[in-house]
Amino acid sequence: MGAGHGGVLGAAYVAGDSPAHRLEPHLKLVAVLGFALVVVATPVHAPWAWAAYGGYLALVLGVAAVAGVRPGRLARGLVVEVPFVVFALLLPVVARGPRVDVLGLSLSESGLAAAGGLLAKATLSVLAATVLAATTQPRELVRGLERLRLPSVLVQILMFMFRYADVVGGELRRMRVARESRGFRGRHVGALRVLGPAAGSLFIRSYERGERVHLAMLSRGYTGRMPSGPAAVVPAQAWLTALALPLAAGAVLASGLLLG
Amino acid sequence: MHVPDGFLDAPTSVATGVVAAGTVALALRGARRELDERTAPLAGLTAAFVFAVQMMNFPVGAGTSGHLIGGALTAVLVGPWTAVLCMTVVLLVQALLFADGGLTALGTNVSLMGLVAVGVGYGAFRLLRAVLPRTRTGVLTAAGIGAFLSVPASALTFVGLFALGGVADVPLGTVATAMGGIHVLIGLGEAAISVAVLGAVLAVRPDLVHGAAALRRPADLARRSAPAEVGVR
Repeated sequence: MGAGHGGVLGAAYVAGDSPAHRLEPHLKLVAVLGFALVVVATPVHAPWAWAAYGGYLALVLGVAAVAGVRPGRLARGLVVEVPFVVFALLLPVVARGPRVDVLGLSLSESGLAAAGGLLAKATLSVLAATVLAATTQPRELVRGLERLRLPSVLVQILMFMFRYADVVGGELRRMRVARESRGFRGRHVGALRVLGPAAGSLFIRSYERGERVHLAMLSRGYTGRMPSGPAAVVPAQAWLTALALPLAAGAVLASGLLLG
Repeated sequence: MHVPDGFLDAPTSVATGVVAAGTVALALRGARRELDERTAPLAGLTAAFVFAVQMMNFPVGAGTSGHLIGGALTAVLVGPWTAVLCMTVVLLVQALLFADGGLTALGTNVSLMGLVAVGVGYGAFRLLRAVLPRTRTGVLTAAGIGAFLSVPASALTFVGLFALGGVADVPLGTVATAMGGIHVLIGLGEAAISVAVLGAVLAVRPDLVHGAAALRRPADLARRSAPAEVGVR
């Protein structure tokens, strides 16, 4: 963190020159959202659901391979899921309905199916979003959201957050280094008397920096809108490339619905 | 803990998405009242602060540590509308860059951690401010209780949504008790951290705290009577 380019937020990005890296960011956002929608729309209790999940998994792993995202990077992306794995593991134990015996535990059938479905869907979406984050720079993502007509103020807030997250994070890190080099070990509640003021002064510094940034922008002619160049025209070919993932996933879902 | 894709059924996700979009639209107008044309840089920097402070681990006793969620604290610091925008932007970044919280569940997450956490936290804060004495302790107590309530409130809202649109048939009482119980503990941590942070800001720059505007008094610059003429004659 901090060392090199990109800092905290850029850490998700893996430099490369694959077709996935070259695609316009808003196409990638549409593609990942479309893929997530198809995954979510798959009925959990259908007998062919697991075949469909397998198909989606093959698709998303294929995209990751094309994009040059290594399995280790994908696995690290999955760590965010852990709290929900715990929740999903509890479902078969607490859910109602007919029970089955698995390894001596009496588990609910519907709970098992639901937990499995939840985990599969969450995992697939996390994988797709990880590929997106690994192939798109944060500032490109903002540009993509702008082209998808996210309200301009929200885009600007996002832009400032991206630009200053590393500065604010860096201040936090310097405070921690300063604390710890003076022998601070925060292991008990009393440490709040040190950490609270640290976070408080971080807020004051962030807010005051915001005021200075605003004044600097005003002196450079800021009128409440950020200037942006003309949007590049996206060729139909690029749309096709981007939409290959959600369309293929949609085909898997459709064949499941028709044949299953 | 962010809701991932596929956790709630489509109608519930769509409904929370509409609620979230409406909330953000209102917040965009409201934030302009709180920050006028400074909205973008100040809300952006505050969002960066929320993001950074969520990475900071605070000890909550017994060797465990937690981190701040920050909805109620941010609302007291910069005002509720700006806080909703900051939480929304932080959630969007977490969903896009860290896959933390699903894209199709973004509306649900914004409703839970933007609308409910900020709304309940700030609502309780304002109610208590009306009753408690107008002192520093009053502000801190109100903010602490607001922060405490905001956490179980959003957890129980999540349980409610799960009851409406969850994909498993779960006895609701059990889940509500478990989620409520855990989040009461998390809420205690949230309250302690919020009060510690707010107390520090109040000590240094009380003028920056939106929720403590009532504490602000013009500096006491009473004219002193002219010194008696005791010159040398």
